[in-house]
Amino acid sequence: MSDNGFEPRLIGFLCRWCSYNGADLAGTARLKYPPNMVPIKTNCSGRVEPTHIMKAFADGADGVIIAGCHPGDCHYINGNYRTAGRFPLMEKMLEQLGLEHGRVRLEWVSAAEGDKFARVVSEFTEEIRALGPLGWSGQFKDEAAAVAPEAVTA
Amino acid sequence: MAEEKSGAKIGVYICHCGTNIAGKVNVEEVTKWAATQPNVAVAREYKYMCSDPGQDLIKNDIKELGITRAVVAACSPTMHEPTFRKAASDGGLNPYLLQMANIREHCSWVTIDPAAATAKAKRILSAQIHRLPLNESLDPIEVPVNHDVLVVGGGIAGIEAALKLSATGKHVTLVERNPSIGGHMAMFDKTFPTLDCAACILTPKMSALGKDPNITLMAYSEVEYVEGYVGNFTVKIRKKARYVNTDTCTGCGACQEACVVRKVRSEFDQGLGFRSAIYIPFAQAVPLRATIDPTKCLTLSKGKCKQQSCVPACGPGAIDFEQKDEVVEIDVGAIIMATGFELWDATQESRYGYGRLDNVITSLEFERISNASGPTGGEIVCKNGEAPKSVAILHCVGSRDENYQEFCSRVCCMYSLKFSHLIKEHLPETEVYELYIDMRCYGKNYEEFYKRLMDEGVNFIRGRAAEVTDVALSPEEEGHLVVKTEDTLLGIVRRIPADMVILSAGLSPAHDAKEVSQVFGFGCSANGFYLERHPKLEPVATVTDGIFIAGCCQYPKDIPDTVAQAGAAAAGVLGLVDNDTVKVEPTISYIDPEKCSGCHICVGLCPHNAIQYNEEKNAAEVIEAACKGCGVCVSACGSDVPQQRGYLDTQIFAEIEGALAV
Repeated sequence: MSDNGFEPRLIGFLCRWCSYNGADLAGTARLKYPPNMVPIKTNCSGRVEPTHIMKAFADGADGVIIAGCHPGDCHYINGNYRTAGRFPLMEKMLEQLGLEHGRVRLEWVSAAEGDKFARVVSEFTEEIRALGPLGWSGQFKDEAAAVAPEAVTA
Repeated sequence: MAEEKSGAKIGVYICHCGTNIAGKVNVEEVTKWAATQPNVAVAREYKYMCSDPGQDLIKNDIKELGITRAVVAACSPTMHEPTFRKAASDGGLNPYLLQMANIREHCSWVTIDPAAATAKAKRILSAQIHRLPLNESLDPIEVPVNHDVLVVGGGIAGIEAALKLSATGKHVTLVERNPSIGGHMAMFDKTFPTLDCAACILTPKMSALGKDPNITLMAYSEVEYVEGYVGNFTVKIRKKARYVNTDTCTGCGACQEACVVRKVRSEFDQGLGFRSAIYIPFAQAVPLRATIDPTKCLTLSKGKCKQQSCVPACGPGAIDFEQKDEVVEIDVGAIIMATGFELWDATQESRYGYGRLDNVITSLEFERISNASGPTGGEIVCKNGEAPKSVAILHCVGSRDENYQEFCSRVCCMYSLKFSHLIKEHLPETEVYELYIDMRCYGKNYEEFYKRLMDEGVNFIRGRAAEVTDVALSPEEEGHLVVKTEDTLLGIVRRIPADMVILSAGLSPAHDAKEVSQVFGFGCSANGFYLERHPKLEPVATVTDGIFIAGCCQYPKDIPDTVAQAGAAAAGVLGLVDNDTVKVEPTISYIDPEKCSGCHICVGLCPHNAIQYNEEKNAAEVIEAACKGCGVCVSACGSDVPQQRGYLDTQIFAEIEGALAV
């Protein structure tokens, strides 16, 4: 626990087939883990783009997890291979932008791995707590507002 | 930013779920907070949103308040998204204008501190409140459904499922990798608790299946490749070469008598008996056709069998050494996996001496010994041909064991009791010892069977055997095996002399269960068996629509439960293939041809080959029927051109914003 009471704000991109169900299983099993991460669901981890990750950091996240199916298990055959291929490049890009290593993490969590999900979230929360707040949101809020998406009128 | 001016009117519904959510999350506080959020027209809380009155709240607000979006903060969408989307649809709102916020599985159930849980619930809900104004109306896509079915595995589960489906007029292809159907049940002697002869109850079903005009039986075949989706699977099956023409072979067995290679350990007899290189696995095999084992046949493995005595022995002249594997392709609407189990390999427990000590045998080996058509003609004898004077049956071999398989294999207590009974029946003077941890006799008439065995004079010792040894510590132990165990009821360590030790080995997933699940596209549990969609409510479905599982491939179980699951899977399949169409999610990609730069990157990336390049328009285009909605094309495009309906970049950004805004 850090002295200044910093609570990391985390975003988790979960794929609907494996990791989202793995997270559900952690819930059904009543496993307990820190509440810092808000899950965002996509059909496949291959849908997740660097812009989504950048948006998360720009809006105030201190850490981002991407969780997908284990290689070979992807519901869409090889979507997770795309994720695996993109991730090292994105890590490098983020580091060049000034992000400390370890603020973004890729994990494979199957629908049967509730315990792994809970463990990963717990570990990641503590790692980000140790890294401290990122503090990017102030810088980018104005720029983000300028490119705000138009809402669909009812 | 979701502006107030967007015009969207959001209804927020927060479910207590009894105390599942309300016991941890301050629902009242979240509801009050939600009412203050952008575009929220009304925020309500209710004890059970999924109930009829709960759903009516949404429908009434659509009608009376004119809400144009809705979010239900409750359980996982995997649970009730279809429920609430239907409620919205019934109320007159497009179902895709409703989202769920998972504040149960992802919040109340996993958070210790109530204040922290309440704060997290707000963040999760905020993400959806920000997203909703950007949701668009979508209509489910109806795709045609192929009415044919594939059943993989020809044991009792597969046979039962196939017969049930055939009875409704559906056409079933049953694929079995062994030369005959029947599975493990065909090896058993008697079945508990009725002591029915396994073959007597199984073979009529096998025979009926073989003759059924609605069932295409492909034995000695394996599925190599599966593609497609619910209602529309394309499956490649390899029919392995038997080197025997199955149209002309009559199953007379003359070839296996004539074959010069006679001492091949029979798989069906668990290695205790022998077969020839050309063989029929057992007398009641279906299909009753000979098969040549290419690794043992001298012609096929070495190119030199001088006599080739099988050839003249075969009346119809069915031997064909030139035969090749045949790969066929079929289209089906649904698939049932019934691939069964393998017995836990007892050599792993070296303390019991399996594979090292004579007369330490597994349960399946004992089945073959006690079976009248087995290698000993049904005589219960040791390796030296003499009847054992004392038999020890060791429970939980490989099961309930942190070193091996933690789970209980369910059937071993009952089959151990069955063995005790058979031994006492054949050899009334023989002492029988059952070494158990617990006696698990849970089924119908199972406890009564246990009582019966107690009255038959079987010695029950509560203790897990520590070791089996042939090292005698006293003259009485000379020439016998000795089972060392703690008798926990007497509180002493005992050494029990036994002439035969039966290891009640547990049931394991098939050695290639993982690989097979990947061919078909569904997952496995942590213990290696196939993963069911929901452990209580959907035990025979998988997460992949259209693929069902039944029998021991899902988890160890006895024959009654296997047959019940096979029927359940057949019913699940019928719910699908009895219709002409099925609705699939419309969350597919679309590409604006005006914006596409023609780089072709997405075309090659699509896992389902659902993107083609339109030369006339000079743009990539999505084949809607084939797109499964993974979104890989969206994330790959350098020009941000493809978009995934329901998962637009703008929608994902809004969720991120909302999650971090609180």
